[in-house]
Amino acid sequence: MTGTSSDARLITPTMIAAWLVLATVPLWISKVGLYPYIGVEILIWSIYALAFNLVLGVSGLPSFGHGAFFGIGAYAFGLTQFNVAANLWVCLIGATLAGAVAGLLVGLFIAHRRGIYFALLTIAFGQIFWTISVKSHSITGGEDGLLNIVRLPVNLGVVAFDISDNDSLYYFVLAVFAVVAVVLWRLVNSPYGRLLSAIRQSEVRTAHLGYNVWLYKLSIIVISAGFSGFAGGLFAMAQRSAFPDVMNLAQSGLVVMMTLVGGGLVSFWGPVIGVIVFLTARDVIGAMTNAWMLYFGTMFVLLVLFRPDGIAGAFKLLVERWKARGATPSLSSAPRSG
Amino acid sequence: MALVEAEGVHVRFGDRVVLEEINLSVNEGELHGIMGPNGAGKTTFFNTLTGRVKPNRGRIRLNGEDVAGLSPHAIARKGLARSFQIMTLFNDFTAQENVMVALPAYRARGFDVRRAVAGDASFSDEANEVLASVGLAGKAGISAKLLSYGERRALEIAVALAQRPRVLCLDEPTSGLGTDGTLRLAELIGSLKGKLTIVAVEHDMRFLFSLADRISVIHWGQVVARGTPRELQENAWVKRSNLGSFG
Repeated sequence: MTGTSSDARLITPTMIAAWLVLATVPLWISKVGLYPYIGVEILIWSIYALAFNLVLGVSGLPSFGHGAFFGIGAYAFGLTQFNVAANLWVCLIGATLAGAVAGLLVGLFIAHRRGIYFALLTIAFGQIFWTISVKSHSITGGEDGLLNIVRLPVNLGVVAFDISDNDSLYYFVLAVFAVVAVVLWRLVNSPYGRLLSAIRQSEVRTAHLGYNVWLYKLSIIVISAGFSGFAGGLFAMAQRSAFPDVMNLAQSGLVVMMTLVGGGLVSFWGPVIGVIVFLTARDVIGAMTNAWMLYFGTMFVLLVLFRPDGIAGAFKLLVERWKARGATPSLSSAPRSG
Repeated sequence: MALVEAEGVHVRFGDRVVLEEINLSVNEGELHGIMGPNGAGKTTFFNTLTGRVKPNRGRIRLNGEDVAGLSPHAIARKGLARSFQIMTLFNDFTAQENVMVALPAYRARGFDVRRAVAGDASFSDEANEVLASVGLAGKAGISAKLLSYGERRALEIAVALAQRPRVLCLDEPTSGLGTDGTLRLAELIGSLKGKLTIVAVEHDMRFLFSLADRISVIHWGQVVARGTPRELQENAWVKRSNLGSFG
């Protein structure tokens, strides 16, 4: 976690460059053979993956049932829209709170666990929530899901925007993604974020420094679950529906794969890279063959074997080697002896 | 006056009694050594003292307050810091960052998410002072995993010192060190004598006998001998057990 000047900034040059590039996506995405909605999906999954990486990459907590919080957020968005208020902000707050409360419930049971026991309990809780969503037909619609969720207008008080078409929805989600990225970037680089990183490296040492490790772990599970619920709410709105399948074990595994492939263990932006690679591969390779997961799975295996730090880790290594080469004086410039 | 007191401390893991009954007191400002053969219960006592192991019965008083059974973080907050025999530094952090997270000022801001750590001079200046006090002045920006073994041992102590403890517990601080490293560490710990109350579990008898004010010998889960290094050199049990073969 070596602190750099970039870590101290609230908004970094990388963020600005990324936002500018992302802002141009609707202008060219159709021309490269992709459909515009994939941009919305990438941004929503990026928010989810960044939130997930708070537990996996930052805090070292192997959560394999995180899809539950995403799914709970999706259902909460729809249920709030149908039963409380058809207001975008109220629905998003509902989704975030539902995710956070579910995270609190789970966290109270698992925050004192580590390693494989923690991982198994997250899977167990994920399956419990998935089963509840399938069986509670009167609330969630069961396997049919919640349908007819509306893309609500963005009401800013003095002016309101319609986001029912994919391009305007994309720009709304991009703005939300930018805010979430800034908030999480600061969180990760704050004293709190560094402590989570310390806990990942040694829970025992951190406890002996006077920190209540259990409370820190519980807090980050709640925060991560809250942001995952928020992303789930956006997803429900974008899909105009909420289904139990986003909560199942396989879907929970996807975010783990995206995060690891992208390099979430070594880079804040790793999960975003993983989401882009995964969803683009799904559409590009998936257009050629139904067995696209075979190819992506093979890539995942190769990465884990040869580059466990993921794409971001490989990129970091390249940059370090390039810098090292630049720092080595060449023979021609070296002082001659004699 | 005793700053640390253990009274009738008994620990068992299942049917196996590890500490039968430990009675021990450490005066304020004293460097108290703990020695004993392998499997005697030294490390278990150390872990009980620092909260990693809860005693089945008995009392541990820190400045008069019973802390037996409290969690490690609660005991640390009461002023007891420890180093580890198997080093548990934060390897992804620099030396400075390792020390920074141990500072009480940092701990007070543990849940702070408003400001970034990088560039916060209030932490880095204090951390650099602590590093300088253990001879790591020029190593602040180096990743902990890239430090030499001796430097990592010194960093272990720096992290404990950064907590501004009243009691410093050192678990086999010379473990893995060569002669030069041990001498440098002895110098460092010698410089802390009198400023802090120190409890050190140690196998290196020469090291312990040269530094300690008093030593307790633990065997079969109880203190079988205690006294100054000179007294222990004359102790019949210590002589017979070959523990006092310090030259």
